[in-house]
Amino acid sequence: MSSKWVEVGSLDDIPSRGARCVDTYEGRLAVFRTAEGQVFAIEDHCPHKGGPLSQGIVHGASVTCPLHNWVISLETGKALGADEGAVRTVPVRVEGGRLFIALGSRAEKAA
Amino acid sequence: MIEKLVIIGNGMAPGRMLEHLLEAAPGRYQVTIFNAEPRVNYDRIMLSPVLSGEKDYEQIIIHGDGWYVRNGITLYKGHRIEAIDRVARTVTSSEGVTEAYDKLVIATGSNPLIIPVPGHDFAGVLTYRDLDDVNAMLLAAQSRAKAVVIGGGLLGLEAAAGLQSQGMDVTVVHLMPTLMERQLDPAAGYLLQKALETRGIKVLTQANTKAILGNGKVEAVELADGTIIPATLVVMAAGIRPNAALAREAGLSVERGIVVDDGMRTSDPDIYALGECAEVGGRVYGLVAPLYEMARTAAARLAGDESARFVHLDTPTKLKVTGIDVYSLGDFADGDDREEIVLRDASADVYKRLILKDDRIIGTVLFGEVADGAWFNDLKKKAANISEMRDTLIFGPAFQGGGTSDPAAAVAALPDDAEICGCNGICKGKITSTIKAKGLTTLDEVRAHTKASASCGTCTGLVEQLMELTLGDAFDRSAVQPMCACTPLGHDDVRRLIVAKSLKTVPAVMQELEWKTSCGCAKCRPALNYYLVCDWPGEYADDYQSRFINERVHANIQKDGTFSVVPRMWGGVTSSKELRAIADVVDKFAIPTVKVTGGQRIDMLGVRKEDLPAVWADLGKAGFVSGHAYAKGLRTVKTCVGTDWCRFGTQDSTGLGIRIEKFMWGSWTPAKVKMAVSGCPRNCSEATCKDVGVICVDSGYEIHFAGAAGLDIKGTEILGQVKTEDETVEYIAALVQMYREQARYLERIYKWAKRIGVDEIRRQIVQDGDRRRSYFERFVFSQKFAQVDPWDERVSGKDKHEFRPMAVVGFAEAAE
Repeated sequence: MSSKWVEVGSLDDIPSRGARCVDTYEGRLAVFRTAEGQVFAIEDHCPHKGGPLSQGIVHGASVTCPLHNWVISLETGKALGADEGAVRTVPVRVEGGRLFIALGSRAEKAA
Repeated sequence: MIEKLVIIGNGMAPGRMLEHLLEAAPGRYQVTIFNAEPRVNYDRIMLSPVLSGEKDYEQIIIHGDGWYVRNGITLYKGHRIEAIDRVARTVTSSEGVTEAYDKLVIATGSNPLIIPVPGHDFAGVLTYRDLDDVNAMLLAAQSRAKAVVIGGGLLGLEAAAGLQSQGMDVTVVHLMPTLMERQLDPAAGYLLQKALETRGIKVLTQANTKAILGNGKVEAVELADGTIIPATLVVMAAGIRPNAALAREAGLSVERGIVVDDGMRTSDPDIYALGECAEVGGRVYGLVAPLYEMARTAAARLAGDESARFVHLDTPTKLKVTGIDVYSLGDFADGDDREEIVLRDASADVYKRLILKDDRIIGTVLFGEVADGAWFNDLKKKAANISEMRDTLIFGPAFQGGGTSDPAAAVAALPDDAEICGCNGICKGKITSTIKAKGLTTLDEVRAHTKASASCGTCTGLVEQLMELTLGDAFDRSAVQPMCACTPLGHDDVRRLIVAKSLKTVPAVMQELEWKTSCGCAKCRPALNYYLVCDWPGEYADDYQSRFINERVHANIQKDGTFSVVPRMWGGVTSSKELRAIADVVDKFAIPTVKVTGGQRIDMLGVRKEDLPAVWADLGKAGFVSGHAYAKGLRTVKTCVGTDWCRFGTQDSTGLGIRIEKFMWGSWTPAKVKMAVSGCPRNCSEATCKDVGVICVDSGYEIHFAGAAGLDIKGTEILGQVKTEDETVEYIAALVQMYREQARYLERIYKWAKRIGVDEIRRQIVQDGDRRRSYFERFVFSQKFAQVDPWDERVSGKDKHEFRPMAVVGFAEAAE
């Protein structure tokens, strides 16, 4: 299956320095909006103990997991600092204030 | 026989003299002090930080009342000496006290110069000399109106910066072409003016004040060129004049000041003079270092050491305006026999100039970067020949020898007799040897034992580096532990500066305090948000994105991402109606676990985030509000059944617990606050391990605080005992408000109390009724904005986005 862009809402739906969840057939994703207005989407599942990253505090282009304070880069999905681990990042784009994420990229990579 | 020593004046110079004298000749004199000001000896150098709001009066006291008592010294506060009778050898005060002396010390300081222009006696014209002046200025500043400072010297500029940071619109009027012309050359004066103007202070140079306009009250200042500057406050800071009137009337020799020899003795051998009122070797002094040198000399003479002599030394000038670094020393006039080395960095507004004569430094002016001042001063003092290092001299000690730029190495390279603390004349060797000899490990100890960094504090960094060099890893900088990697400032400094600079938003804090990251991190943001919530009730808009998830959605996140919900049960009391409502909610939402908590509440665990608003709606219908079981705030007040049921109960402990909880719920605090009220000393509600506890007794209420029963186990301390419920509530609210205003984020009450001292808390809450009531009133004010039920708000639709996904994408949509 090739990847497909799906509209999930508008940029205004996400608070600045905040996140919203998107439930998909690939699992729950978290879509973030940073103070600078950048948008990122990653799996809503901390590589440490599965904490919901969408609930964390957003700072710069990273988020701190609410369960045990791991800091995850929104750009790369990798844990920062001394911790090791990564979550899947999902392509996202904004067009005219509308948000689109690319689903199916995981299947593509697996194939 | 014990001789009688009488001191007129209680400023920094006689204070320091007494310290030396008590050490050199304890018990030799019976000491009596007359102070025209109604207070103890405080650090006048620190008046500028008090004006700008960075410190308060308590923090600048040098000798508290206890010091005088311990040393057997009689201090008459608010007594001005009216006359000295040199024949009878007595002095008489304005309050009618006459005291005999064997030795007399005059330390009457100086008076501000009042320019005799029309209107100089209007209300609203102030000077800048003592705490009364500062208090008057702070009062005037509350109007946030316009102020004019006459005089662009050291004092005038510090006053201007202080008033501006208090929110006033300030104009400095200066007679000369450049600011601080006695201490700075025109280039540095220009940069200083530019730096002040960047901050919004207006500067008019070559401006001659012609009159102060108004009708008994200041309305404007008129300059000789006709310019009129509207103002409601005028500060005269045009200079000082030694206060020698009393000595003159007593027939002592007086020129510009009271003439003394190099042993500080006046023309009467039993009378000494020191401080700003004294003239020695034809000079009068205003900076603290030579005044302390006078104090040392006078003390030695009074102790019988006739060899002690005052020696003139140039003293560096530093401006105490936060963020503007100026250093000046010695002679910097141009001349044919002089050479200079100048370094400028326009982009950074750095200017350094060394003035040389015969290959020796005779003067230094530094602006922007002043760290090397001490080293240049040392070279000047030693008259060191600098021809060998002339090419790199201006770059400072780091560029000499090994070429390292490590500041620690530069400090290590300083010789033992290099002066570190200019105010107190303390050299490097004295500091390092005292650290070793006395086993000192903290900055406060070094300040206490050596006085280094204990006056103006600008050498604190140097002293800390010396401690690191001397102690190695044993030196714990925990006193200045930064908040997080985003800032070098500690929590206490950040809290202080938020108030001092009136910073009212998270971006303002980060900008003004030079945060290293663009929007902070998960450590500093919640702390800053709390500090702003606490310090600006009603003004600051709570930043939910800076709150931890529990406080954002008003429930406790669990390991699987679900939440737990704890409704408030006032004082731990519930009813069949409430229990039924809880049972219905548990069934309706299939909540997997229901548990009774340690705080006498019921916890429903495993609620899905999407269900939270509906759960709250149902609970709200039964009268429940949020139990704040997730908050850094008031959690629970546990109670026992008291006089309602218990055969031992002495008071209505349940009723009091409910009253406290209803009064205090909703308040945000640095860390969670748990309370309890027990109806008798059997203490069934375990009040003696709580943050705040009350033990009811027959005669009233014993208030406890600073207990812990978590990571640490600690019994409470007793705050005090009161007679009524009303007093209990006032004491507890005042205590919690003090904690809210002072503690570091996430610091529990017992840790805060340990850090600042249980006695200090008792002093402010129990002994000082005015202070207690003002804490109480601030708490009450803040509760007006805090007591909003967050569950009800969310049931009504607030923050809807928090509780549901933005989108649900099924296979069907994806496949379209």
